[in-house]
Order: sequence, then C-alpha cells, then structure tokens
Amino acid sequence: MADKINIYVDNAATTAVYPEVFDSMKPYFTELYGNPASIYTFAGTAKKAIEESREQIAGFLGADSSEIYFTGGGSESDNWAIKAAAEALKYKGRHIITSRIEHHAVLHTCEYLEKHGYEVTYLDVNEKGKVNLADLEAAIREDTVLISIMYANNEIGTIQDIKRIGAIAKKHDILFHTDAVQAYGQIRINVKELGIDLLSASGHKIHGPKGIGILYIRNGIRIGALIHGGVQERNRRAGTHNVPGIVGMAKATEIADRRLEQDAEYMTSLRQHLVDRVLKEIPYVRLNGDLVDRLPNNANFSIRFIEGESLLIMLDARGICASSGSACTSGSLDPSHVLLAIGLPHEIAHGSLRITISPETTIADIDYIVGELKQIVKRLRDMSPLYEDYLYGQQHVC
Amino acid sequence: MYSEKVIDHFSNPRNVGEIENPSGVGTVGNAKCGDIMRMYLDIDNNEVIRSCKFKTFGCGAAIATSSMATELVIGKTVQEAMSVTNQAVMDALDGLPPVKVHCSLLAEEAIHAALWDYAQKNHVVIEGLEEPKKDIGHDVG
Repeated sequence: MADKINIYVDNAATTAVYPEVFDSMKPYFTELYGNPASIYTFAGTAKKAIEESREQIAGFLGADSSEIYFTGGGSESDNWAIKAAAEALKYKGRHIITSRIEHHAVLHTCEYLEKHGYEVTYLDVNEKGKVNLADLEAAIREDTVLISIMYANNEIGTIQDIKRIGAIAKKHDILFHTDAVQAYGQIRINVKELGIDLLSASGHKIHGPKGIGILYIRNGIRIGALIHGGVQERNRRAGTHNVPGIVGMAKATEIADRRLEQDAEYMTSLRQHLVDRVLKEIPYVRLNGDLVDRLPNNANFSIRFIEGESLLIMLDARGICASSGSACTSGSLDPSHVLLAIGLPHEIAHGSLRITISPETTIADIDYIVGELKQIVKRLRDMSPLYEDYLYGQQHVC
Repeated sequence: MYSEKVIDHFSNPRNVGEIENPSGVGTVGNAKCGDIMRMYLDIDNNEVIRSCKFKTFGCGAAIATSSMATELVIGKTVQEAMSVTNQAVMDALDGLPPVKVHCSLLAEEAIHAALWDYAQKNHVVIEGLEEPKKDIGHDVG
C-alpha cells in the first residue's frame, strides 16, 4: 500500500515544529535542564538562553527586550493583558472596546469582566470582517480604558488597520491591546510604529512549540500580574520558565524573520491558485474575508447547500486536514461567531471551509485538495434537500 | 468520536435520493441549526414500505442516522415502522456521541412526517402516530 496521504492545511490551528526549531530545543530538556532561577553556573546557561530568546523576539517586533514577557501561550497573554489592564485602570473607568470577531480568549475574558462590573462594547465589522474606525471613535467614552482589537482574524484572515487604531487609542489616551497570534510571523509588525501598547503572540502558530507565548508590554505601562507565585519575568509572571519552549519560539521567530517576505509571497500565490480554482470550478461558493488585507496563508469558503462537518469527515477520509466554522465542529448549536458577524445567514455559515496553508504546502497539494473537494461537494449536494429545493425553485422560476 | 457503523453509513449512505410520486414524504429540521432531513416512502397496497429514500443536509451523524432509518423501515408495514424510534436508530448504529442524539430524533421525526403524509392522503390510521409539528415541506432553503 502506498503511503497514506496526509495533507495538513489547518495551520491556523497549529503548525508542525520545524526540525531546526526542535533541534534548538533539545539540549534544554536533557542537558541544560537547570532552573534558570538557580544560582549555580549550570543554571546560568539556561538563563542566558532565555535572555537571548527575549532579544530575538524583541528585535522582530521592534521592541526593547525589557518589554517582552514569556507566558504559557496566546490565550494566557490575552487574559493577562485584558484582565490586568482593566484592574490597573479601574480608577479611571470600567469601559472596554473590542470587536465581535475576536478569538474567544479575548471575548470570554471580556464577558468575565462584564460579570465583575465592567462594560464592554463589541464593535460590529463589515462584510469583509473589518472594524469601522468611525464606529470605534464613536464608541469611545470618558471611562474607556482599553481597546482590544485583533491584528488578523483566525478564521477569515482579515487584517485590521492596526496603525490607525493605535493612533485613535493614543489620541484619546486609551491603552491598545492587539491579539496578534495569527499575524505574528506572517506579517511584519513594529509595535512602536503601530502605536501598540500590549501585544499577544504564540509559538505554535509559527512552527514553534505549543505552550509558549509572549505578551509585549510597552515600557511605562504599569499592569499587575495574572499568575502569582514567583519573581520570574521581573515579578510579573510567576512560574518556572519553559526554557525549551522559549528557545523554540525564538528559533521559530528567527526563521520567520529571515523568510517572511519570501514565505508570504509564496503562500499568497499558492492561496490565490486555490481560491481561483475553487471559485471557478465549484458553483455556489463564496470566499469569506477581505481579498487584499488578508493573511497570506488563509482561505475561507462558504459552500452552499452542504454542512461543514460532513465535508471535514470526507476530506479527512481522503487525507486532508482542514477546519470549518460549522456548529457541529464548534461544539455548540451556533455556527462561527465570526461568520455570523460578517453577515452570513446561519445555513451558509454552517457550510464553511477554512484552509490554512504553510510554506511547506505545495501546488500539488492544492490541486489534490481541489480535485477531492469537487467530488465531495457534488456528493453532499446530491444528498442535500436544500440543493434539491434550490434546483426545483430555479426550474420553476425560469 | 463516531462508531464504525456511523462512519460506514456516513461514507456509504444507503437509499440516498428521491422517489417519484411517493406514497408519503416528510421534511423536518431547520437550516439555521444545520440539519434538514427529507424522507420519501413508497408503500404498497398491503401497507408495506417497499422503498424509502432520503436527502439530508447536516453533519456526519445526521446523514448516518437518515441512512440507518431508511434501512430499518424498509420491508416493515406502516404500523411496524412506528417501532423505528430514535433509540432503535441509535442502537443499530452502535450509539452516537451525546451531542449528536438530536440527529437520531430528527430521523424518527422525518419517518413520522412521511408516514403522516401517507396516512392523510390515504385516510389510514396509524396507531401512535401524531401530526408532526415540524414538517416544513418544500422550500426550506
């Protein structure tokens, strides 16, 4: 039997650790395992590795290394930024502005704060997933203390106008946090030029390890800790350092930095090939999100008359790993909040397919996916009463 | 998360399609929730279900339960078909994950809706059959 096909196009969920990244981490498991907080020289090597990693990541973001704090991942960074900023600034006000299409790490944190006496404005987005800047300005109140708008969306890939949002926040003297988990490593980010006060990023979305992330906290911003219990990260984030994770994230960052433009160009053209073929060869399909302001690796389609989970299981049977915003895959009764926020009706949101490629995806992979997808969509539509009724309606209208 | 039987009925669904001039047809579900099932019945003069076909918009479990329900009712009389409950469909599929139990309920409702349609057209009384609340007919999209 031939090797089982395995085409992984769910890179917005997580990525493969690059072998080079894994190699950089290995010594810190078995040889240089000392606790960096210890006094002996042996532990000093680990401590040095952390500080070099911090510099690597700071350099990539245009930040000072004293502004980078290691966390347990993107969700922790989002929780920390929002909860600690709200807590630190409650003397000024208790109003937060965010958007409807944030990751749940932001949305659920905001909902938690709502239960604890804060008010949150959830900005609508347009049909492409963009926050309207006039809406943002209009939502600002005397007591607004934090704006949290994601850099790029995990489902539809839409990139927000971060620079202008940063300028608006600055003009009104409001802290600006951005969840850059999907953007980090795929697009150039300079926190100083963009006016970002707090930024969350994660290791495992950029071919680094899971369980490691960072929060950028601009110098001069005084927010407290989320995790208490130790002096690590200058008293701001307790817990023994995840040294291999930190080293791995830095290595993945170094690779991303080195190859960013080349990878972005490659993925954009591959993605375009996918989008062109799907829209041309499969009827009743739309591309969700923005055509231009979009992450290079993201394609998100709504395929009418079929449901996402059936589609994913059939793709899986053909060795293709992708994702969907259907309710069945989200574990709730409603389809993706992002797809509903961009105005898709429920039944169309149920039939979404997200394909997120990596620099290792090939054109042959894409062509294989499109070929299989065409067959699967036909098969599912042939058993769909929605399609039957649509065709019936067409016949009787014409 | 799915049993082998569910995967089998999802991957190779039995009795997909339509029946022309069916004895009874019923459509249940809601596109908003992501599940719609339509069942067609062909019933002979002895009230035996000769054929049953389905069309379903929905997840893997929705398709598998539809497929299994058609297999279970074929060859039964309309009265016997009342024994094809959601539990019977689930048992025949070696179970469903808890979040998918509603799919088997939908299959039962779809069978009942088609039987009701038949009973109405032919002035037949099927014991235990009640008017379906959820037959949404054509033009569900």
